[in-house]
Amino acid sequence: MDILEILLGASFWAATLRIACPLIFATLGELICERAGVLNLGIEGIMTAGAMSGWLWVYNGGDLVSAVLFAATVGAMLGLLHASFTVSLGLSQHVTGIGITLLASSLSYFIIKMLLPESTSPPKVIPFQNIDIPVLSSLPFLGEALFSHTPLTYTALVMVPLAMYVLYRTPWGLAVRIAGENPVALEAQGIDVIRVRTLAVMLGSALMAVGGASLTISAFDAFYFGMINGRGWICVALVIFASWRPGKALLGALLFAGLDAFQVRMQQQAGAYIPYQFFLMLPYVLSIVAMVIVARRAEYPKALLKPYRRGERL
Amino acid sequence: MRLELRESVPWWLSLSAPLMAIVLSLLLASMLIVWTGESILDAFRMMAIGAFGSTFGLTETLSRAIPLTFTGLAAAIAFRARFYNIGAEGQLYCGALAATLVGTGLLELNAIWMIPLLFIVGALAGGCALLLPWYLKTRLSVDEVVTTLLLNFVILLLVSYALEGPLRDPMSMGWPQAAPIIDSGILPALVPRTRLHAGIYFALAAAVILWLVLRFSVFGFSVKALGLNDNAARHAGIPAARTLFWVAMLSGAMAGAAGVSEVAGLKGYLTLDLSPGFGYTGIAVAMLANLHPLGVVVSATFLAGISVGADSMGRSLGVPSYIADIMVASAVLSVLIGLMLSRYRIRR
Repeated sequence: MDILEILLGASFWAATLRIACPLIFATLGELICERAGVLNLGIEGIMTAGAMSGWLWVYNGGDLVSAVLFAATVGAMLGLLHASFTVSLGLSQHVTGIGITLLASSLSYFIIKMLLPESTSPPKVIPFQNIDIPVLSSLPFLGEALFSHTPLTYTALVMVPLAMYVLYRTPWGLAVRIAGENPVALEAQGIDVIRVRTLAVMLGSALMAVGGASLTISAFDAFYFGMINGRGWICVALVIFASWRPGKALLGALLFAGLDAFQVRMQQQAGAYIPYQFFLMLPYVLSIVAMVIVARRAEYPKALLKPYRRGERL
Repeated sequence: MRLELRESVPWWLSLSAPLMAIVLSLLLASMLIVWTGESILDAFRMMAIGAFGSTFGLTETLSRAIPLTFTGLAAAIAFRARFYNIGAEGQLYCGALAATLVGTGLLELNAIWMIPLLFIVGALAGGCALLLPWYLKTRLSVDEVVTTLLLNFVILLLVSYALEGPLRDPMSMGWPQAAPIIDSGILPALVPRTRLHAGIYFALAAAVILWLVLRFSVFGFSVKALGLNDNAARHAGIPAARTLFWVAMLSGAMAGAAGVSEVAGLKGYLTLDLSPGFGYTGIAVAMLANLHPLGVVVSATFLAGISVGADSMGRSLGVPSYIADIMVASAVLSVLIGLMLSRYRIRR
């Protein structure tokens, strides 16, 4: 009865889309990196850096759109750092990723502490406002659920077909996919594997950073310490769940966000019987379960985790 | 002139990688200090004095090195076998939770039995926390990186529940903390009026034992073979799943022991802020030591010094203490480059 009530509320569906927005950006970002053969464990830190830089840009008087571009640039720079380690030098992708997560998040906190030393409660900015799509937003139920969101949420949804188009319908997308499957074959076509992979990691990292920024300038209006809170790791799990396909990544992010929105609402109803910690655990547990379900038939990009060195056989 | 892969790296050259890493991270830190407007020399002097310049500073550094040695060992053994256990933070809390369950009155023994018992229970709990990732990796080929990372959050929430529910100390005035460890379970202080405790002996012993095991036993050889080339190791008849089981157990046990030494040594009771990320810093410790168990002791002490020094500098100068994490992170990244460079030599 209660469950049905939750599922039939338009606010539940609206919340699902809102929660999914950063996940869609970051999952697509990780997906593009891994499709090119690079596991990017810097995701958690890159999202933190994106959240910090986007917010800071607006706090210092910049407008929201350029804040997103700024966050994307910061993300791309961190991606370049990741790629120069893992792609150009062929160093351990695991250790580099963890290192970049540590570096990017501690640097973000350092910068915030430097610029806003005295703030006890974090200062707020004016975030993206909901845009009602004409006509459609006045539909009953669907209007509130689907057509009254911030521009970043719409952008996230548009990103999915865009990523599909780029990956499956453009020469560069094909190059990215071959770089992750069989880099020797790509080199044989006269295409620079190092360059393709580096660009893919930069693009992917830019998306992760935008995902982070969507938390501070779209979903919320302030930067909190530890606000990414494992979202990046969840996106790494979502990529596996999605079998490296953008469409399934969207599905995964929506399912996941739906469960999160559901969990918050159940907490209000069943909080008296079940401690809230178990609700908060759900997203992490479900990510593990999701990976277990698909693990048997997971088709990893063949060259994932394998550095490419010219003239060396895999 | 060209670069050529070395057959073997002489020991003095393998020391150059961590040294280079330290220099590079000091450089990055200097740039940040310039930004804060403080003098670089002042800042580093304050750090050094804060970490090593007084009895208080030195004992603080050493007591922080204890958990870092344990988590560093946890990462070192796991990474050697390419079992990427990033869940030391969660396993640490499992160890602490187990020590709390047993050590707050369930059993009352003499200190000679009680303290080792707590370590054994904590180590077992830490190891068990890795059972699921191990099983999923070896049986269902689910990546252990993501499962161990995600389990950190699950375990932390479990501890949070335990501290607000069944394990909350009724005398804690509503704070989410557990009852204190009984007196015979507390690791004795080594220097009066400081926080340095006997956990340091356990940490040193663990490092030496782990080094002996990895260096001289068949198991150590299997671990090395799996890490270098798991395909070749399988073909040579090394049981991968079984070896990884013991790797996981040992790695989790080390992280669990870190939790025990914090609960029974430093704090005396379990809280949710027991570890400021020791599990994650342990990865940096292990990398800086080139995954060598004895090197872990040195790099743990060094990184502990950085964070204790940065805290004390943050109190006296206007440099946020997050600079310690930045130095740790940049050390991890630059040690990777250093290790790669030391594997090559220049031929004319």
